[in-house]
Amino acid sequence: METKPDLNIDRSIGDFHYDMNYEFDAGIGLSERTIDYIADVKKDPDWIREFRKDALRKFESMPMPTHWASHDLDNIIFKNIRYYLSQGTQPKRSWDDVPEDIKRTFERLGIPEQERKFLAGVEAQFDSEAAYSNIKAAVGDQGVIFVGSTEGLQKHPEIFRKWFGKVIPTGDNKFSALNSAVFSGGSFIYIPPGVKVKHPLQAYFRINAENFGQFERTLIIADEGSEVMYMEGCTAPKFETSTLHSAVVELVALKGAKIQYITVQNWSQNVFNLVTKRGLAHEEAEIKWIDCNIGSRLTMKYPGVIMKGRKARGEVISIALAGDGQHQDTGAKMVHAADDTTSNIVSKSISLGSGRSTYRGLVQVGRHLKGCKNNTECDALLINTESRTDTYPAITVRGKENACQHEASVSKISAEQIFYMQQRGISEGAAMSLAVNGFVNDLVQQFPMEYSVELKRLIDLEMEGSVG
Amino acid sequence: MTSTLTEENVAPTRSNWPNWFVTEQKAALADYEQAPTPTRRHEAWRFANLKPLDLSTFVDAAPVSAEGRLINSSNGISDFAAKMVFGNNALLHKSAQSLPEGVIFESLETAATNHTELFRKHFMSQPAALGSSKYTALHKARVATGAFLYVPANTSVTLPIEIFHWAEGNNATIFPHTLIVCGENSSVTVLDYFKSADKLTAMACGVNDLHLEKGSRLTYIAVQDWSTTTTAFHVNSTNVDANAKCTALIANFGGGFIRGESLSRLIGEGSRSEMYSINPVEGTREIDQRTLQDHIAPHATSDLLYLNALDDRSRTIFAGLIKVEPGAQGTDAYQKVRNLILSDDADPNSMPGLEILNDEVRCTHGATNGPVSEDELFYMQARGIPRDKARRLVVNGFFNSLLERIEEPPVRAHLSELLAKRLSVA
Repeated sequence: METKPDLNIDRSIGDFHYDMNYEFDAGIGLSERTIDYIADVKKDPDWIREFRKDALRKFESMPMPTHWASHDLDNIIFKNIRYYLSQGTQPKRSWDDVPEDIKRTFERLGIPEQERKFLAGVEAQFDSEAAYSNIKAAVGDQGVIFVGSTEGLQKHPEIFRKWFGKVIPTGDNKFSALNSAVFSGGSFIYIPPGVKVKHPLQAYFRINAENFGQFERTLIIADEGSEVMYMEGCTAPKFETSTLHSAVVELVALKGAKIQYITVQNWSQNVFNLVTKRGLAHEEAEIKWIDCNIGSRLTMKYPGVIMKGRKARGEVISIALAGDGQHQDTGAKMVHAADDTTSNIVSKSISLGSGRSTYRGLVQVGRHLKGCKNNTECDALLINTESRTDTYPAITVRGKENACQHEASVSKISAEQIFYMQQRGISEGAAMSLAVNGFVNDLVQQFPMEYSVELKRLIDLEMEGSVG
Repeated sequence: MTSTLTEENVAPTRSNWPNWFVTEQKAALADYEQAPTPTRRHEAWRFANLKPLDLSTFVDAAPVSAEGRLINSSNGISDFAAKMVFGNNALLHKSAQSLPEGVIFESLETAATNHTELFRKHFMSQPAALGSSKYTALHKARVATGAFLYVPANTSVTLPIEIFHWAEGNNATIFPHTLIVCGENSSVTVLDYFKSADKLTAMACGVNDLHLEKGSRLTYIAVQDWSTTTTAFHVNSTNVDANAKCTALIANFGGGFIRGESLSRLIGEGSRSEMYSINPVEGTREIDQRTLQDHIAPHATSDLLYLNALDDRSRTIFAGLIKVEPGAQGTDAYQKVRNLILSDDADPNSMPGLEILNDEVRCTHGATNGPVSEDELFYMQARGIPRDKARRLVVNGFFNSLLERIEEPPVRAHLSELLAKRLSVA
């Protein structure tokens, strides 16, 4: 570890729930000084510093998207947020180097012991920086790069710079601009041509400081004919004041490549989770987002695929569970920009108590394209009388040789189903849980095994106390 | 300056109206002037073309010059109960063949004086909820006449009632209005025609109010056939009370830019609203439709089906919303838009939306886009039908599938005939 700049930071600001000795802390609030501070600490090259400052200007000039989005966004107070803090800017390479208290938190999540064997590499993000990173030798031997975004931009600038900010431009939306200004952490992955990564690459994210926003930035490039599956899971302890999480994830699948990006997210109920995720699929490439959103106060996330090359394919599989007081505003974006591209969106949402789930979709097929197909299915399940669900798709499919269909339905669990199970001695709550799990079962099957197990457990947990 | 929107130009048309209404009109004009012109940031105007909202070239419509021709051309269905013909904001003709006793069918301004209570209760009683409040304010400020129909309780009007609205002259501005009130357990069918007397550009800003009291039955058909360069706003508002049933079909055969808004409020238990639309569009014509199925009462049903066939560089926008309010348990709502794409340059936009605030509902919606089936074309071509005609026959069949939902056989046959004529397959 290099010498650390001596910055006089008031650690009494912010009431940390974990007694963390944060080595780097940009303080509270956002200004050009914050950007300089982050850039200094991370030893950013000049072009990144400029990129950040340009993004800050864009962020400041863009209005909140409340003309279509939830007005709850107005409750985010940007000057009360801590934009950067880190346990050390270099990811730890070996488990032994990881500090004891951080290990304890991970152990509670059950990360390393159970999954180390199965997983190719663990890039566990503890606050802003990857605190633990371990790539299996086999994956590294194949030439796969799996590092934190900071290391990626420093050590592999030739690949990083070519694609960074290209799929999601800084000014795409207010929160992608914010992320571009203050990003830290996240993964950078490069899969060389023809390499098929057998094991999923996995990263765990975790928020651990009150009033602390997490702005990770992930860039995955799958070179021609390669294949990779990436998994992220999020859990966070409950805190009393609002926390902002605003990630940007960019995927690039070159000719014939396949990327699967899997998220299981379970934020605590005070988190604003405003994420921009988009993939660029070249000729015959395939990008699939599998997304499960549980928890948070407000989630806004619409994974997208831009099908740029002929026969490219995009897919979004989405499960959202909105508990009491939560709003899951999720969906998908499919932009068909070449002939014979196909996309599929399957979204299932469950609203509990006063929870609200919203599906927002965008399907676009450009002029003079042929053979493009989109299929969209959205199903919503409402559990209680005060539960709410909305569907707002926008479909523009031009060209007479293209086809699309959108279907959505809203229902509740039938009383007959519950009655049938109760007759056989299953309690009402357990019956409801079973019915909900049945509703999402076909999608859950698409998750890797340990995720689908976890998912079912999370759904059961959320369903507890929702009946009666 | 002959701008259509200034106070001096309004005054003469107000002589037939009671004073209280003239006061309301002045306030409405102020509302219109103060309301900002919509922008695309406004969700209700997403995807919309805003160019047609520049109304500065339009002028006050002069009295029609071809009164006789317009009256003689106002022919719809062969057997009808009564008819009114309007041209450039004036009532040109009124006839009643077989109206049951108690039915009030007169001009709007007469109703405002003679049936003030009914008029005030129902005239534009719903605020425009779908984006065009600026233009409904303009309508209110400028409306000079219109049709008023009241069917008393337990009365059935067996034959359809027909209303014609004509626009004549270059840049003429007209404000058609149809207000229908169906008393308890009454029934009536109304055909509302919107036509251009010439091929010139006009601007129409029309409002329809449909009110169905308990157990009543209304079939309302709007056949819009403005000139292909006309800009028109059509704002429909429907209230359906307990066990009443409204079937509304809007056929957009003409118009250069049409902004249509249809609000259906299901305010009584067991009410039903059917909202249908058929839209053949070609050239650079544009049809922008926004709908809301507002389920306020429990156990109500609504069914929306909009069909668009897009050729050339035409454009459609369908933005629909089913809203199920917290008290509306047992709602059964359906919404579907189907786009038949006939050209690579056509631009269909669909936004079928749902907002469900109650768990005991069954709601489905759908949107599909697809081309004419090559197999069907081949089948017809193999039997000697030229490809172009075969294509028009497919479009005709596509729309006829919806016309089958119109229950009254003579009305259905009449619409089918109009459609065949429109598509040149007759």
